Amino acid sequence: MLRPALEPGSADIVAESHLAAYRFMLRARLLDDKFAALYRAGKIHGGVFLGRGQEALSASLGITLHKTDVFAPLIRDAAGRLAFGEPVLDAVRTYLGSALGPMRGRDGNVHRGRPRDGYLPMISHLGAMISVVNGVLLARRFKQIAGTVGATCVGEGATSTGSFHEALNQAAVEKLPLVLVVANNQYAYSTPTSRQFVCEDLASKAVGYGVTAHSLDATDLTECLTVLGQAVEQARSGQGPQLVVAELLRLCGHGEHDDAGYIVPALKNSPLGRDCLKVAEEKLLALKWADPAQLAVWRSQIIQEIEEAVAQVQREPAPDPFIEDWRAFSSAHLSETHPD
Amino acid sequence: MSITYLEAIREAQARALREDPRVFIYGQDVGAFGGAFKATKNLANQFPGRVLDSPISEDAIVGLAVGAAIEGMRPIIEMQFADFSTVGFNQIVNQAATLFWRTNVSCPITVRLPFGGTSGGGPFHSQCLEAIYAHYPGLVVLTPATVEDAYSMLLEAVALDDPVVFCEHKFLYYHLKAEKLPEEALPIGKARIAREGRDLSIVTYSAMVHEAFAAAQELSAEGWEVEIVDLRSIKPLDTDTVMASVSRTGKLLCVGEAWPFGGVTAEIIARVTSEGYGLLDAAPQRLNAKDTPVPYHPNLWAAHRPTARSIATAARKLLRQ
Repeated sequence: MLRPALEPGSADIVAESHLAAYRFMLRARLLDDKFAALYRAGKIHGGVFLGRGQEALSASLGITLHKTDVFAPLIRDAAGRLAFGEPVLDAVRTYLGSALGPMRGRDGNVHRGRPRDGYLPMISHLGAMISVVNGVLLARRFKQIAGTVGATCVGEGATSTGSFHEALNQAAVEKLPLVLVVANNQYAYSTPTSRQFVCEDLASKAVGYGVTAHSLDATDLTECLTVLGQAVEQARSGQGPQLVVAELLRLCGHGEHDDAGYIVPALKNSPLGRDCLKVAEEKLLALKWADPAQLAVWRSQIIQEIEEAVAQVQREPAPDPFIEDWRAFSSAHLSETHPD
Repeated sequence: MSITYLEAIREAQARALREDPRVFIYGQDVGAFGGAFKATKNLANQFPGRVLDSPISEDAIVGLAVGAAIEGMRPIIEMQFADFSTVGFNQIVNQAATLFWRTNVSCPITVRLPFGGTSGGGPFHSQCLEAIYAHYPGLVVLTPATVEDAYSMLLEAVALDDPVVFCEHKFLYYHLKAEKLPEEALPIGKARIAREGRDLSIVTYSAMVHEAFAAAQELSAEGWEVEIVDLRSIKPLDTDTVMASVSRTGKLLCVGEAWPFGGVTAEIIARVTSEGYGLLDAAPQRLNAKDTPVPYHPNLWAAHRPTARSIATAARKLLRQ
């Protein structure tokens, strides 16, 4: 559980990875802002769930993974999804319920993925995706596909579930290359950590499972990239499951319906309450890895990309109940023919 | 040579492992020990690395199977008792059952549930959970009543692209024998006329098929000829075969070992009355276990679930109308 020494690799590589992660963080923040605006305008059915404050952690995980790895993101992983390769269109189509999206209006908002590409769509039950990632990893072992890592993200609230316990223990028993990231954003919906667990540090739970623990400050992009890089590398090199506990503060409500009035000011004013995007921006500028003009160009390019995606999806067909294939079985011959 | 219902289940799994490299078995004590009921006896030896003991973690067991299925495998999961599948319920009904509909990626897992009452089983080793799984869209729910069906339906379940809840009755494990394994079988989703008759249709499944048979023998001596429909598959449900039988007899008695509320017998009666009201000469009836947990003592247990005697009594009432 020791904090590792930072700054691996050459300065160029470090700068490059920071810039790459930063662009995904920015894209996720601006995409989230757009979804929030669409929600307020009544253009989105159901909830909108933002990753504000979690972008450094999520983007770092996404860019650290290979495209052939497995990723089961959770609700605040817009940045990680983009970094893992999700097109902006997939996100917009799912939020707006487009018939052309990966979920075809059958599921919405953060419940999206492409399982065949190792990108697993979450169900709402917390902790439930961990064992599914284990299953993909075990299957790849059966198929003798080496070098795969499976990563998934949960909040500190999910550490209280039976699913979390069962799946982490299962991964340990099978020595699977699982990277389980716990984003401790201090509140599970409205419940503070004091009502969630009493151990001093969630990372200490790793000892009980016999897995390696890593801790990081998720407001600091450098630390996210370094620690996640090490955790993913250790999983990939056969050292079994890695538990990464990231400390941050959620800088928004649970969803856009929630004003988060329960978040105490002391936390907002603490180092945990820093905005990871601003912290990263300041670092890029201070180290002269980017200049303000460059950041402004990226921002306007991303906004244009998002606006174009939203405009396109708003012109796309909505799902049509009259041509919908109302069939839950994959095997068409099993569908019952008697009247409803 | 004769083969039991349990041996047929073992043989089906051996054949699936032999013929399909995508198949593996995962569950508690299924490895070297061969399973709590020995349904996987010797399989870990015969198929090294493909029959894996799991931790006591029903949720993670099913979750792992779903992930493996996404990656193209064909996992067979053994729940030690159907009753314990409730601990893995979420992964079965929310993860596995919804996957295809959400993502267009199918979820070919088979979850074996040793289910149903045996003397001394008590409240937590006797439950019949077919109705609650059938309630969820996306799950195939099978209840083989014969050695032949146990074998052929399990093989078909593993080959199927959808998640299957395979309800194998513990009472039939050792009691039921056949001369040989079948070479062909009715497909999943088709019911079977287990006994022909003109006076009354008993629609049932699993172990209750055999209780209904004994009742039919008794009634035959009294001059009544009872037709027995063995559903085989709870979901999909073969309404056509049920309706055809009722159209021949005009009378319907549904029998299930499960609890009555919102169950399979209720579903059958709802379908027959709404779609075939004119076929009925009398109000359809059903016979289920009592609406209490399953009792431990044999005296209580025998009175709790339908038996040949209680089925015959219910049938007589209906036949005399």
